[in-house]
Amino acid sequence: MPSDDSVAPKALVSPRASDVLAIEAHDLQKTYSGGVEALRGISFSVRPGEVFGLLGPNGAGKSTAVKILTTLSEPTRGTGKVFGFDVVRDAREVRRRIGSVAQASGVDFAATGRENLELQGRLFRIPAPELKARVDELLDLFALTDAAHRPSRTYSGGMKRRLDVAMGLVHRPEVLFLDEPTTGLDPESRAVLWREVRRLAEGGLTLLLTTHYLEEADQLADRLAIVDKGRIVAEGTPNELKAKLAGDRISLQLAAPTRRAEAEALLGSLAGVTGILADAERAERLYAHVVEGARDLPSVLAALEHAGIGVAGVALSRPSLDDVYLKATGHAYQES
Amino acid sequence: MDFLRDTWILFLRLVRATVRMPVFIILSIAQPILWVGMFGALFRSVVQIPGFGATSYVQFLAPGIAIMTALFGAAHSGMGMLVDIERGVLDRLLTTPASRGSIIAARLLNSGVQVFIQAGLIIGVAMLLGAQAKGGLVGILLVMLSASLLGAAVAAFSNAVALLAQRQETVIAVMNFVVLPAVFTSSMLMSSNLMPGWVQSVANVNPVNWAIVAARDGFEGTAPHELATRLALLAAFALVCGLFATGSFGRYRRAM
Repeated sequence: MPSDDSVAPKALVSPRASDVLAIEAHDLQKTYSGGVEALRGISFSVRPGEVFGLLGPNGAGKSTAVKILTTLSEPTRGTGKVFGFDVVRDAREVRRRIGSVAQASGVDFAATGRENLELQGRLFRIPAPELKARVDELLDLFALTDAAHRPSRTYSGGMKRRLDVAMGLVHRPEVLFLDEPTTGLDPESRAVLWREVRRLAEGGLTLLLTTHYLEEADQLADRLAIVDKGRIVAEGTPNELKAKLAGDRISLQLAAPTRRAEAEALLGSLAGVTGILADAERAERLYAHVVEGARDLPSVLAALEHAGIGVAGVALSRPSLDDVYLKATGHAYQES
Repeated sequence: MDFLRDTWILFLRLVRATVRMPVFIILSIAQPILWVGMFGALFRSVVQIPGFGATSYVQFLAPGIAIMTALFGAAHSGMGMLVDIERGVLDRLLTTPASRGSIIAARLLNSGVQVFIQAGLIIGVAMLLGAQAKGGLVGILLVMLSASLLGAAVAAFSNAVALLAQRQETVIAVMNFVVLPAVFTSSMLMSSNLMPGWVQSVANVNPVNWAIVAARDGFEGTAPHELATRLALLAAFALVCGLFATGSFGRYRRAM
């Protein structure tokens, strides 16, 4: 499976028993009391030292999966394990081993950065002298030393997020959960956080990351699962997923949505077109996958023009996770 | 052991947040002092009503104000819980190995200690205004203990409501609905000798009144047996409220 070359060296980093998986989700289901089915049975596993991404739009069930695996929420059915410990039966053992950075932050605004970190460390029973050193180290690592004595309510969004991540790391967890770590951050803060996540991954920490940014999953995850409406619809390394969509993508915006079916049939008959995808939610959109974009684009446009089907816009792109998502779910990915 | 240690760690967090709010501290000291002064002036002549059974209104009032302050102060405890929920602090605590019970217990301890100190201050001010601690130092400590027990109970109730409703407006509405009627069916302002019969019946089963009477008995150094009974009742009430809060907490966690 590790066709992605960034995975290979990481496997060497983890000295622990390689037969124990860091995270195992088996057929996790969650139905809330109102009848909302947040998870409809998802299964995946994460090896020690791996960065695993759960990618999907808001409401797909990613956060629910994280809540179950971090012992906050109990699954309606199915099991979750962290380093072999069941998240329901052995919740305490799981909590000792995980760091959790939730979507909703978790910073106590009334406390300073240092106090937030110290509280976390005390709850994990880190002895005082060791804790002091660890907190200093983390403040330094996350560029918070200068702000350490200030109440965290005065921190910028990026600083709060970094403090959040630092808090998840105080007790040196074996696996860190990051739920939508960069949502709401400005591009610069996001870049800083990405760099820090990569550094943690290089240090051999197992990471489970949820995101609704395709680019983020593509950039950070060794392996990822695309989640849609409570189910996993595709899984693999970013490259594997993209390799399934060899060639290039031509995105067409038709002048008249009513002629889409006609255009679909027409393009499907062309040599060089390997697949056609229609966007279920946007009637004027049509995507043609072709062997080689530069060669096949003119013939696609010529065929449409010949048939008198107006084209309002056209774009040529390399396949991205966007296409994987579209193919798996039948609707285009909308980040929001 | 873990429970006690975690409770202490989380309690210190709440104390630190409190001492960082100087305005809050100043007002929570000033307000009960104002009350002693205002109510004391307004109702001064009440003691002249035949059958009231006390000669100095400040003497009568001081333990009652101590308890009322405990009641009002602790009623807000659930709001802090809601802030923790909103900010994600509660979820973060729940993903640590911290004992679940300690998260509630720390808030009750915080309220208990806060009103313990406030009660002591109020008695001090009342004594400056002429009240006499006839029960001595032990009597004053009994006032503070009564305030503490009621404060912890009310804080537990407030947290339970907060965890069930998860809305600030609801917590405020419920606590207002409970707190003022509880004061007016007690002997805080008016001697129970002069209450209408039905109010007296309500007062007999009103934990706020148990606390007021216990505090007053302690302050006056009278009726030690009844005082012990009332303190035991108060402790039992605090326990019931505590169970209500932990039950609501369990429900909140299961609904996640």
